[in-house]
Amino acid sequence: MKNDYFKVIRAGLNSTFQDHGRKNLYHIGLPFSGSMDKRNYLIANKLINNNKNDAAIEFAFQGPSLKYFGLPRNIVITGSVNFKIYKDNNSQENGECYKTIKIDNGDVIDIISTNKSVYGYFCINGGFKLDKVWDSFSTTVRAKVGPNNGNKLMEGQKILLNDPSNSPHRKLNFLDSKIEFIRVIKGTNFDFFSEQSIKDFFSKYYTVTKLTDRMGMRLEGNKLNNIKSTNIKSEGLIKGTIQVPADGQPIILLSDHGTIGGYPKIGVVISADYDKIVQITPGSKIKFKEIKLKDAENLYKLYNMETNNILNRII
Amino acid sequence: MIKNIVNLGDAAIYCDFGSDVNKEINSKVIKYFMALKEKNIKGITNLSPSYNKLIISFDLNETNYEDLKKVILDLKLNVKIENRFQKINIPICCDDEFSIDIERIEEKFQKSKSEIINLFLNKNYFCYMTGFIAGMPFLGDIDEKIQLDRLETPRVKVPKGSVGLTGQFCNIYTFESPGGWNIIGKTPLEIFNSTNVKKPNLISPGDQVTFYEIKKEEYEKFYEK
Repeated sequence: MKNDYFKVIRAGLNSTFQDHGRKNLYHIGLPFSGSMDKRNYLIANKLINNNKNDAAIEFAFQGPSLKYFGLPRNIVITGSVNFKIYKDNNSQENGECYKTIKIDNGDVIDIISTNKSVYGYFCINGGFKLDKVWDSFSTTVRAKVGPNNGNKLMEGQKILLNDPSNSPHRKLNFLDSKIEFIRVIKGTNFDFFSEQSIKDFFSKYYTVTKLTDRMGMRLEGNKLNNIKSTNIKSEGLIKGTIQVPADGQPIILLSDHGTIGGYPKIGVVISADYDKIVQITPGSKIKFKEIKLKDAENLYKLYNMETNNILNRII
Repeated sequence: MIKNIVNLGDAAIYCDFGSDVNKEINSKVIKYFMALKEKNIKGITNLSPSYNKLIISFDLNETNYEDLKKVILDLKLNVKIENRFQKINIPICCDDEFSIDIERIEEKFQKSKSEIINLFLNKNYFCYMTGFIAGMPFLGDIDEKIQLDRLETPRVKVPKGSVGLTGQFCNIYTFESPGGWNIIGKTPLEIFNSTNVKKPNLISPGDQVTFYEIKKEEYEKFYEK
């Protein structure tokens, strides 16, 4: 059917269209954005037999509730997510992640919550009918850039769908691992901090606070004393950078971060750990661990191999 | 020309061009930025030029720090950049409704509003960088007589179009955003337009910018156009 669509019954807390992100726009002030947890995004597209660059709906904590209008087709949800399908004939099923589920006209998919994690991904066979902005389906809400006019999903709106393609029933036995440590490479202002603070940074627990979103993650713990200067000349920022403002509490910059800033950088999270840190929920306690550049590069290769192995298991 | 190159994490290169903030050093940053942009080097995914630094992000699947560092050090800067810069004239309305910090500035410098505004209007500015929020230009240098510290407590919302001062720089809020700069007026011009895919930002690093004052009636008419 040409006019299949979803109606958004409830938008959820922070539901946006995302893909791999957008390159080459840091210099005008636009971050990469894109799906926070790339691995779960890729698995969703593979399970539903879409292109690996197709858009997914990313949601955080509470997801959307969507009513479907159209011919039967498959959906999939990845992450650790509680959801229900309310069938048009008044029955209901509990949803299962990493498994394609057939939905029919009139069904409601209610994505209730993520479970001890932050982000989940929702894809439908055929994909969402969206226009790319700067070659990407990613949404940067703060700059109003991306599909859906750069907005989060809104209650009452329609989400149009592309024509369905072949979608065999697929299931993946997969349990996402969690991390014990956030592994970091020393930052360019590492020597701004006192010896004791460096010790604390690599040995004490830091708590993830509620002030955490797609832009950044604020942590709370032993104060990191800056013995040089709490302000540097504003300069470029990258995702994963750990900044320490004058209050001595670290902030990890995430995918929608501001592109320029002037707080000292104590470290940068290694690329291999990025998908994992974004899933750490407020209230969790974490520790940092120092990693050398060469090891970080190898860990990233391993992480990528692991992701590819998971994707190759889906047939 | 680059004073120091180090890695920033495992997927970015941090180039330091010197500790000062001036046009000369910044022009070197911009030259490198433009040369790298033009050469489209494999693996580079993003470039962040700022006052005196250039950060080069790359895809760790395609290259790595050591390999890319060699490419950067061997880079030939044979790009002509002189003719690419524009001169832009920006209207600003300093009606009391828009110059929300002016009273404090008057008090601080013991100068009248018109003296302050004139010191601001009488300079040609140079765009050192754009960013923080999409398209926000960092322009310098502000007359020494009206250089200010950032607000102690930043505002949660600075209106779109606001022109703010801090230290030797002024900036323009391209959309409503939190911010801590001292607001002296507001421009009706669209400084960032995401629907203009080829050139979303009106002002780019290296451009020359001047401001001219408009009355509130003109400001309102600007919107009608």
